[in-house]
Amino acid sequence: MIKVVFPDHLMPNTEGVRETEVDCDSYRSLVRELEKRWPGIEDVLAKTAVAINGQIYQDAWLETIEPSSEVFFMHRIEGG
Amino acid sequence: MSKLHVTTSVNGQPEEVLCEPHQSLLDVLRDELGLTGTKEGCSTGDCGACSVTLDGRLVCSCLVLAAEAEGKEVGTIEGVANPDGLHVLQQKFLEHAALQCGICTPGFIVAAKVLLERDPNPDETTIRYWLAGNLCRCTGYDKIIRAVQDAATELAHEA
Amino acid sequence: MAEAHDLKVIGTRPVRPDGVEKVTGRANFGADLYLPGMIHGKVLRSPYAHARIKSVDVSGALAMEGVLAAVSRSDFPEETDDLGQNVIARDKVLYHGHAVAAVAASTPLLAEQALDAIKVDYDVLEPVLSIDQAIADGATLVNEQMHTNGDASQPASNIAAITKFERGDAEKGFAEADVVVEGEFRVPMAHQGYIEPHACTATINEEGKITVWCSTQGHFDVRTQTAAILGTSISKIKVIASEIGGGFGGKLSVYLEPLAVKLSELSNRPVRMVMNREEVFRATGPTSATWCKAKVGAKKDGTITAATAWLSYEAGAFPGAPVGPGCMSVLAPYDLENFSIEGLDVLVNKPKVAAYRAPGAPQAMHAMECVIDDLARELGMDPIDLRLKNAADEGTQAPYGPKFPAIGLKACLEAAKAHPNYTAPVPEGCGRGVACGFWFNIGMQSSAEVLIREDGTVIINEGSPDIGGSRASMCLMAAETLGIPYDRINAHVADTESTGYCNMTGGSRTTFATGMAVVQACEDIIAQCKERAAMTWDIDADQVDWDDGQAVPKPGVNADVDPLSLADIAKTWGRTGGPILGRASVNAQGAGAGFSVNWTDLAVDRETGKVDVKAYTAIQDAGRAIHPAYVEGQMQGGAAQGLGWALNEEYIYDDNGVMENAGFLDYRVPVASDLPMIDTQIVEVPNPTHPYGVRGVGETPITAPLAATSNAVRDALGFRVSELPMSPPRLLEAIDSQEG
Ligand code: FES
Ligand code: FES
Repeated sequence: MIKVVFPDHLMPNTEGVRETEVDCDSYRSLVRELEKRWPGIEDVLAKTAVAINGQIYQDAWLETIEPSSEVFFMHRIEGG
Repeated sequence: MSKLHVTTSVNGQPEEVLCEPHQSLLDVLRDELGLTGTKEGCSTGDCGACSVTLDGRLVCSCLVLAAEAEGKEVGTIEGVANPDGLHVLQQKFLEHAALQCGICTPGFIVAAKVLLERDPNPDETTIRYWLAGNLCRCTGYDKIIRAVQDAATELAHEA
Repeated sequence: MAEAHDLKVIGTRPVRPDGVEKVTGRANFGADLYLPGMIHGKVLRSPYAHARIKSVDVSGALAMEGVLAAVSRSDFPEETDDLGQNVIARDKVLYHGHAVAAVAASTPLLAEQALDAIKVDYDVLEPVLSIDQAIADGATLVNEQMHTNGDASQPASNIAAITKFERGDAEKGFAEADVVVEGEFRVPMAHQGYIEPHACTATINEEGKITVWCSTQGHFDVRTQTAAILGTSISKIKVIASEIGGGFGGKLSVYLEPLAVKLSELSNRPVRMVMNREEVFRATGPTSATWCKAKVGAKKDGTITAATAWLSYEAGAFPGAPVGPGCMSVLAPYDLENFSIEGLDVLVNKPKVAAYRAPGAPQAMHAMECVIDDLARELGMDPIDLRLKNAADEGTQAPYGPKFPAIGLKACLEAAKAHPNYTAPVPEGCGRGVACGFWFNIGMQSSAEVLIREDGTVIINEGSPDIGGSRASMCLMAAETLGIPYDRINAHVADTESTGYCNMTGGSRTTFATGMAVVQACEDIIAQCKERAAMTWDIDADQVDWDDGQAVPKPGVNADVDPLSLADIAKTWGRTGGPILGRASVNAQGAGAGFSVNWTDLAVDRETGKVDVKAYTAIQDAGRAIHPAYVEGQMQGGAAQGLGWALNEEYIYDDNGVMENAGFLDYRVPVASDLPMIDTQIVEVPNPTHPYGVRGVGETPITAPLAATSNAVRDALGFRVSELPMSPPRLLEAIDSQEG
């Protein structure tokens, strides 16, 4: 099981859920599972950055996720 | 409005241009003579990017009317390097990484050259005040000041 | 990752490849292009900060001799996003200086005069000019359609979004604290202040093929944005990035390019548009003015038990203030169990804010780092010791969620404590102020092609406009990877049709991400060279090593041959398969956060209110400095911008929303005589995701100076001034009211 945490601004898309657990082994399977729970969230996540065990990805599409990882969705950072 | 006929010398070359009475020396250098090394940052005399010399005196070319260059010697960044290569200041700006974006660089080099001609051994404060009319937003001035100091030292050795 | 002691060229300070062009005036910046038949465009700007446009009539301008085209909103697709509405106003003008129409004429002066012949009928509305006004009950609405967080069940509001971050229980944390300090701070709207104004030239041919030359941080973005605003396809547009005279985040969005293209289309001439300095101030993106509250509680030993922050940011006329990153950075240097952060994105009738170096972080961190400084004072602790006690480290859960990988904050703090400028006593009559800085840094997409000439010299093609010496960094990384001398390599910023897609130069990503692409493209070259050598020697490619710029047989391989250099391989490439070119593209992840510690010693003249900055020191973790002089330059430049913002720079508005100081005379950026030398120390805690350990370095430098300066003024005066800039009149007023 991996722990998934949503920031405040995504909670309207998760019926107010901040933290959940998902059984998955890749970012793609994680997103599929979340989309099953909360239809429409995939599009929102496509515009969101994510940190997997501390490593920040603007786009994590190809990443695998080890068991007992922590996944944090977060605002995408831009820059000057 | 009829155009004015201006005879001047730019970097030692005689030039004749037709210009509008309102046109600045900066506009004429850039638009009529194609000398775009002199930059425009403000056109109000506040940034120094347009620094050139007029009869050896440092001026903001955006504040000088082209007609005022009649019969005078104009010096621009394009005239700073000599036939054997870069001027010491140019070399030192490169070695000290005294430019980041480089838009301010021509103005600084022209201004610093006039300084070193007048005062071959300026201290840090003198350099800072002399260059206070040239804005640089990238470097924080540190490396520019060091480049000028180093150029002064090298010129003193050469002399 | 290569260890520092193995590196031969990385970490040296060679002359940049584009240097000679830039010290001789040869380099072409945005306004330096001349095309035959070129004419000049100018923009008509709104004289009101807030008004409804009833009609725009450009016919008067078009009737003038020498005027070749004029455009207004009706020339652009009606369906458009915020950026499109910023480039040309639709129903309403939303700030003083908002573009309403544009003309192109044979001379710049004529174009200027033609603007007077355009008739615009306005219904003037009341402007909203501050956060206080915008969030007050019954405030005038900047955008009647705007609902907070898109929640249409609530009434329309000037608050575009509210963001929250929370962990633990802040109230409980404060209850456990021995000391609680708090403060309220205002930071003014400030401009990036790049010395080169926005400039572009556009032309369009009979097939509708558009070419744009412009000064930009991202020519691929110019292509995307221009196509969207014009309602055309990106395949019709080629963008050539000129040299760029500074950006700092301000040259990421288009302002002129779509107008220039449209004017070119209508006039059938190349059209050049160059802003003047006043337009740059009034109508391009400054950064947010902010109103922030911060509070921290700690135990007697300095352990912070709780922190809260309320951060409100002016977005200008369209939503999108950098308050998200403000919330995420405000507590980033600290390891905390209990905190809550709230951020507001607030619309006002001022220009749409743009990114400015670590967008959003300096303002929020100013508030928190001032309060942390007050906490150190209350506790009687050294400000660096207090920070060390609470500093985030590898494994700390960042306030914005994830756990930090290896970071260099503690290394910077320890370096600061040991630095001679810190161990030296504060000079007589001066105050000293310390602050931490932080920026996330980003990766994103980059491409690089490495071309080999017949003589074995190397050309790098990439798509990141070089604002501060990045070509030199690319050449250094390529030289290191290929094992050849730096001076055999040149780097070229190619146009949108000559290199693979590349995101902008911004977010401190260029040396990290484009650098990664360059390193990988060089590795591609090496792999091919090994194959060519193997072919030449009749052995297998896996029996070949690349050593010091040459193909050699692996130890133990029985081949009596001379090593083959790039030049040797190039000489005979005709018989081994033809020319060699390498390529790589990345969507780089794991940019690696950058931390810093800054301090300054300064004196305040109590008679005049003038601050004299005596010394400034910046220490920053660069991961690994590829060209240390340009890393130092970033640190020094960021410090200077931060000092300017802290001490002098601000947008001053009158009651009608007109900026009163739209020029460098009155918007005073630091000049050489305002500043001391800026001492730097680069700390290197390598970023494991980059082949040479690079972290971005461009933005972190501006995140600490505001608070360091505030804290030094606090130390010098004995009381805190909570509103920036601490300009002479403001300090004098503060001193008088303290003494009076
Ligand atoms: S352009 Fe002349 S001083 Fe700025
Ligand atoms: S190097 Fe960019 S303004 Fe000086």
